[in-house]
Amino acid sequence: VNSTMDSSSEMKREKKDEESGGNPYAKLDVTSVLQECRAFNETPVNARKCCIILTKLFHLVQQGDSIGRTEATAAFFGVTKLWQSKDATLRRLVYLAVKVLSTISDDVIIVTSSLTKDMTGKEDAYRAPAIRALCLITDAAMLQTIERYMKQAIVDRNSAVSSAALVSSIHLMRKAGEVVRRWANEVQEAASADGHMVQFHALALLYQIRSNDRLAVNKLVLKFAKGGMRSPFALCYLIRIAKQLIEEDDQADSSLFQFIDSCLRHKSEMVVYEAASAIVSLPNTSPSELAPAISVLQLFCSSPKPSLRFAAVRTLNKVSVKHPQAVTSCNVDLEKLITDANRSIATLAITTLLKTGAESSVERLMKQISSFVSEISDEFKIVVVEAIRALIARYPRKHTVMLPFLANMLRNDGGFEYKREIVDTLIAIVEENPDARLAGLAQLCEFIEDCEHSALATKVLHLLGREAPKTANPHAYIRFVYNRVILETTQVRAAAVSALAKIGAQCPQLRPSIEGLLTNCLLDSEDEVRDRATFYLSVLDMSPSIVNSLVLDTLQSAPAALEKAAAEYVENGEAHTNKFDLKSVPVCAAPAAKKAKTMLAEEAPSAKEKKSAAGATAAAAERLSLIEGLTNGLGPLFKSSPPIPLTDTVNEYTVHCTKHVFASHVILEFECKNTLNDQLLVNVNVQLEDLEGEWNASRQRPISRLPYNEPASIFVLLPFPESGSVQGVLAATLNFKVKDVDPSTGEPESDDTYDDSYVLEELEISVSDSVQPLAKASFGPAWNALEEGDTVEETFALASVNSIHEAIKKVAALLGLAPCERSDIVPEGKSRHVVMMSGVFRGGYEVLAKANVAIDPSDNSIGLNLMIRSSESTVAEILASAIV
Amino acid sequence: DPTSLYSVKGIVILDQDGNRIIAKYFDKDAFGTVKEQKAFEKNLFSKTGRNSTSEIVLLDGVTCLYRSSVDLHFYVLGSSRENELILEALLNCLYDSISTVLRKNVEKKTLIDAMDTAMLIIDEICDEGIILETDSTAVVQRCNLKGDDISFSDQTFSQVGQTFIGAAKEQFKWSLLK
Repeated sequence: VNSTMDSSSEMKREKKDEESGGNPYAKLDVTSVLQECRAFNETPVNARKCCIILTKLFHLVQQGDSIGRTEATAAFFGVTKLWQSKDATLRRLVYLAVKVLSTISDDVIIVTSSLTKDMTGKEDAYRAPAIRALCLITDAAMLQTIERYMKQAIVDRNSAVSSAALVSSIHLMRKAGEVVRRWANEVQEAASADGHMVQFHALALLYQIRSNDRLAVNKLVLKFAKGGMRSPFALCYLIRIAKQLIEEDDQADSSLFQFIDSCLRHKSEMVVYEAASAIVSLPNTSPSELAPAISVLQLFCSSPKPSLRFAAVRTLNKVSVKHPQAVTSCNVDLEKLITDANRSIATLAITTLLKTGAESSVERLMKQISSFVSEISDEFKIVVVEAIRALIARYPRKHTVMLPFLANMLRNDGGFEYKREIVDTLIAIVEENPDARLAGLAQLCEFIEDCEHSALATKVLHLLGREAPKTANPHAYIRFVYNRVILETTQVRAAAVSALAKIGAQCPQLRPSIEGLLTNCLLDSEDEVRDRATFYLSVLDMSPSIVNSLVLDTLQSAPAALEKAAAEYVENGEAHTNKFDLKSVPVCAAPAAKKAKTMLAEEAPSAKEKKSAAGATAAAAERLSLIEGLTNGLGPLFKSSPPIPLTDTVNEYTVHCTKHVFASHVILEFECKNTLNDQLLVNVNVQLEDLEGEWNASRQRPISRLPYNEPASIFVLLPFPESGSVQGVLAATLNFKVKDVDPSTGEPESDDTYDDSYVLEELEISVSDSVQPLAKASFGPAWNALEEGDTVEETFALASVNSIHEAIKKVAALLGLAPCERSDIVPEGKSRHVVMMSGVFRGGYEVLAKANVAIDPSDNSIGLNLMIRSSESTVAEILASAIV
Repeated sequence: DPTSLYSVKGIVILDQDGNRIIAKYFDKDAFGTVKEQKAFEKNLFSKTGRNSTSEIVLLDGVTCLYRSSVDLHFYVLGSSRENELILEALLNCLYDSISTVLRKNVEKKTLIDAMDTAMLIIDEICDEGIILETDSTAVVQRCNLKGDDISFSDQTFSQVGQTFIGAAKEQFKWSLLK
């Protein structure tokens, strides 16, 4: 009876298997697998059966099926029973099960003694996996009890055991670094072992143990560089350490470079490639040092192995930005790769060629691209468009070749992403290159005449509103814009109305006819379009400053902050006696330039990078508000600076300072870290001294305990001086009491303490701390709108800079303003340039500046004429004082 | 950190329709959830499933080395900073180890029969993202697969023999796994 029942259920299962493409593991059910786990408790153990059940269990975890803690723990206890089986595969799966279940089950440490027994037992095949499982479930305290066995395992003759112990130690560096450091002698011994992987793992661990001690690392590399490393993996790692040493210190030992260079002649391609890519990415390499590495990469370009071709062309692509000249010698080989069967390689080759190509070869390259562009996928086309965009930035004069090419691509078939990339490129050309403006706008106008993507049409209309007034003949564009009002979807019609209004606001002579067109729009079928038309019609006749702020400017507040402030205003009944003050809302910093993410993007942007500057300030505000009583009465946070190091990173104590600026206060946050494991610092505070005597701390929140490796922050509240000064240089000293502690436990050895202090680097508070960079979409009208106020005008001779570009960057940084309308791009060969900048001063005051930078060709001296306007004249004066 | 040892983000084996056979991810930042993993696999398969001549692709900042056999696709996903040839050595080790165990019949059916061994192999070549071993002979030997238990399918035959004498229900279980 039993067997018939079983067979019928098996038949059902088989049927299910067919549905899932013959993979019985694809559609497992959590409950039934967990039920099967009961078989672990049977005696004698049916090894085969248990192997399958464990494999199913691993599959469930891999598929992300959630297994409850209780069920997982029950399964885990079942697994512990399997130790009695002598089946080798089952035992190996048991070790794997311990690792897999360690995060989802309770009490995994109960297998410690079984694992310890296996790791020291006779069966070699069990020792290595037992070590790995044991180290995964162990903690710092338990590790001490098996320390003796770990040391033995590291130097074991069996390379599987040795590697397992070394790799586990690398993992353990994170949770019990102090214990692992004590094994340095054994690790050193393992580094000269025979096994290739053992050498590699030992070298890596040795480096991790010594990484805080530069001299020791230097010694380590030089020692192994002399010989003794046969493993290609270990050599690759050694090259990486050597490269890092050279990067960190330009006075580094020249034998480090010689070592990397010698690896170019190694017999393993892996090592040769590692050395070549290390050399080409080093800073300050001379052409003669670079040449051998480049020729190695060039050779690899014609390798039959795709991975090697890929590696070579990707490295050349990376270098091409820094050393275009050196890469030019590979152009012939790169051109051959354009037709590579591997599209990744082909695309990398094209983009490298576009980056390195000389101005004279642009035409030829474009011809080559157009011959195959129709055959490749959209994704690759996008990469090609990006490369073209970079090329135009380098050779602005070539727009005559590129624009028709791009327009042609735009007319051909392609998806939204692809079209958007081309439109973005055309927009960039129009904005950056005044010579190409007319031609570019003409192409875009033609494009929106027949454009299926409303998002792109609105984008172009927005651009027309901004750029058309700058042309000699703005009325030529009105027809293109108004055609959209008649023919398009709501979204596009509304955008067209806004574009018309913007042209009207900037071209008074066209205003009457535009008002006529807007009046027609009052009869539109959609609310949004009618509302916009009504609004613009009533605003356009008002004073220039109102037109400027309501028609041409966009909202400057950070949307999230605005929402929060508005919600608070609505909730707080008393505040209704005052008007809602937009100035109290933190402004949104200039959006960071869009970082294109393509399939060829280097590393996917990390979560940290994704946060914009505004997001960082919001996060800081959130963090500060959580500290009780710290920000009471200070108002909203205006701006947070990035952390500034006040110590060397290798010192005993490291301190970073972040300046959080409020309306009339600065909160200085000193993030301190104690890197001495035998000290506990108590009552840590900062003493600040301003030589001018203007800045005085009103309150301080010290750190009561600063144990080893646990960063904490001191907060100091500084009011802005009554004199109105916004700059200052403060001498800072860290004061604290020291308690000696036992490095392994962190417990104080006695109650004795002694006072100590530590001098930090000076802290500078500058004008730019009070300014939030905020680019204006239309600078000219905003500048004219502030005409009523005074213009502060000053002239300086800049001594410390050598080029106009450098001068502009420096002035913008000193003032804390954002360049507008891409005026920070200096056309090549110009001897004078005007950059327009804007921002918001603490308290919500708008600040605009025009900097006229000129270079004197006779002696290359650079002069700067600066004009600053603000709604508050003292603000303009303060800004002018930033430049000395 | 260029000197980080954690350079392998994942090891994946897909079938001819892009369905997962085995997927082991080590980089919890990039592939924290199964949803992210599956989305990546889908994208990866669409780029590589049909084109078996090229063996490497850079996808979302992840260097992907791949190799196919009959109805299987083997992938090693690595950091884009990692030396591509090191990742290739890892892929070759994965493929060769499995090929040895499956006696050169590298296809979906045989792999599923030897699923437990395949999991042990992956565990033996990469530990939490650190490359552990790249020599397939050593890997196969460490999985302690000698003689009779070289692979699951062999075990199945002996089991089938036993079940002839023993209980009939076992037979169904093994036929299921063939």
